Amino acid sequence: MSTPNQHRQWTYYLETVGAWALALLWILPLLYAFWSAFHPREYAITFELFAPLTLDNFKTAWNQAPFARYFLNTFILVTMILAAQFVLCTLAAYAFARFEFPGKNIAFVMVLLQLMIMPEVLIVENYVTMSKLNLVDTITGIGLPYMASAFGIFLLRQTFKTIPQELEDAARVEGCSRLQILWKVYVPLARPTYIAYGLVSVSHHWNNFLWPLVITNSVSTRPLTVGLAIFGAPESGVDWSIITAGTLLAVAPLLIAFLLFQRQFVQSFMHAGIK
Amino acid sequence: MPAAIFLIAFTYYPAVATLAKSFFSQGTALKPSEFVGFENFEYMLGDDVFWKVAWNNIMYAVGTIPISIALAILMAVWVNGKLPLRSLTRMAYFTPTILPMIAVANIWLFFYTPDIGLLDQVSAVFGLPSHNWLGDPDTVLGCIIAITIWKEAGFFMIFYLAALQTLPLELEEAARLEGASRWYYFRRVMFPLLMPTTLFVLINAVINSFKLVDHLFILTKGGPDNASSLLLYYIYEVAFSFLDQAYASTLTVVLLLALALIAVGQFYFLDKRVHYR
Repeated sequence: MSTPNQHRQWTYYLETVGAWALALLWILPLLYAFWSAFHPREYAITFELFAPLTLDNFKTAWNQAPFARYFLNTFILVTMILAAQFVLCTLAAYAFARFEFPGKNIAFVMVLLQLMIMPEVLIVENYVTMSKLNLVDTITGIGLPYMASAFGIFLLRQTFKTIPQELEDAARVEGCSRLQILWKVYVPLARPTYIAYGLVSVSHHWNNFLWPLVITNSVSTRPLTVGLAIFGAPESGVDWSIITAGTLLAVAPLLIAFLLFQRQFVQSFMHAGIK
Repeated sequence: MPAAIFLIAFTYYPAVATLAKSFFSQGTALKPSEFVGFENFEYMLGDDVFWKVAWNNIMYAVGTIPISIALAILMAVWVNGKLPLRSLTRMAYFTPTILPMIAVANIWLFFYTPDIGLLDQVSAVFGLPSHNWLGDPDTVLGCIIAITIWKEAGFFMIFYLAALQTLPLELEEAARLEGASRWYYFRRVMFPLLMPTTLFVLINAVINSFKLVDHLFILTKGGPDNASSLLLYYIYEVAFSFLDQAYASTLTVVLLLALALIAVGQFYFLDKRVHYR
């Protein structure tokens, strides 16, 4: 028989091992991707500790698909969405936080409705709208449905509401206009929220797939995810090492950013989630 | 309110237009679209694929949600406690969250490949025969579920971690002094206190189970025989492969109804949260 103390010690060890095992299981697919991307193809499925390392897979992948173009497209897309979201959501959030206008509550509930009905669900009808606007197969077309983000409006409204009214009053006494107040008082004070929302938005749109797939049909507009899907399609007959190399290329910027700013990322997602 | 214009253009208008379109037939060059009332809906009720896809979606939700939430709580408790290599472990749990579903599918595809895939290699060690995981209607949905759990658990962990950090330490101390076991403490103290988080995560998870279909494009394309197709994927297929936008709109209405049901729950819940902030 063990004493309660020993018992506690044992569960502690057991749990530590369990936590590590789960962590290993969770990171394993990624580790495997690294393994097969950095080794010649004959080692993709056999594991030898001293298999020769190579960068050839990355070279082949890079040359087989227009990754440079895809990167550029994704980059433009993400920047455009983020900039538009910041402007639109800031204005809307300020209005909801500080203005009184008829129908405000109903309008706000309507905004929140978008949290449920995401643009993904409405691909069919949005596609029709885009073709009417002549925006099919443009990067603007990919970004447009996401620009007024209910999530962003909600998040910023909550933040703006915590900023004391006295600050705004003081600024007005100094002769600032409402837009100046917004720009000089609210925006700087809400910086953590902007960073959090920015990180969440960038990683979401970097990874988004379904809508871009529907709306694009040429190399010059396809973002990385869609390009990667075509590149990795089994019919295209590329081998494993090259697919994993291409996959790693596509996720590298986000992954590196995540590893460098891990704490910031985790806190942003946390901040954005708690609301 | 420029934001309002965008919302109207890309959320309300499409939602209403979808509803309207679902009552019309698909127009062709010879026969323009005309009002058909509930004909599309009748067609849907008789469509075996629709029922299969709807059932799959329910199974997908039932398969992913409880397990990923349970794992998320477990991860959060571990990472919140005094664990050696804590931040490394937390990183491992969270990493899948920031990977695109497409990349994830590319990597996992390899695990499921017959004969040379990792899963088959492991089962070969135990002398089990090779199995076409994604080609077998009985296992394919399970494979899809496993990926989704892997992808989501770390994301949900974050919310539990945030909640755990707000729990007062005295509670655990008190429970220990009273001689309560950890399991008892979890069941009677921690879990009830985490309830708001669980509700929030639950709603998110339900929405995700309708929304997360990206990996299907790489792994199965809904096959074999629609055994792994989900509602949103079916909508995509009907609208852009079979080019029947009227029927796709009808299906979208069903999806919107499902989301509206969840929305009612969400608003009730959100109101409370916003209130106490």
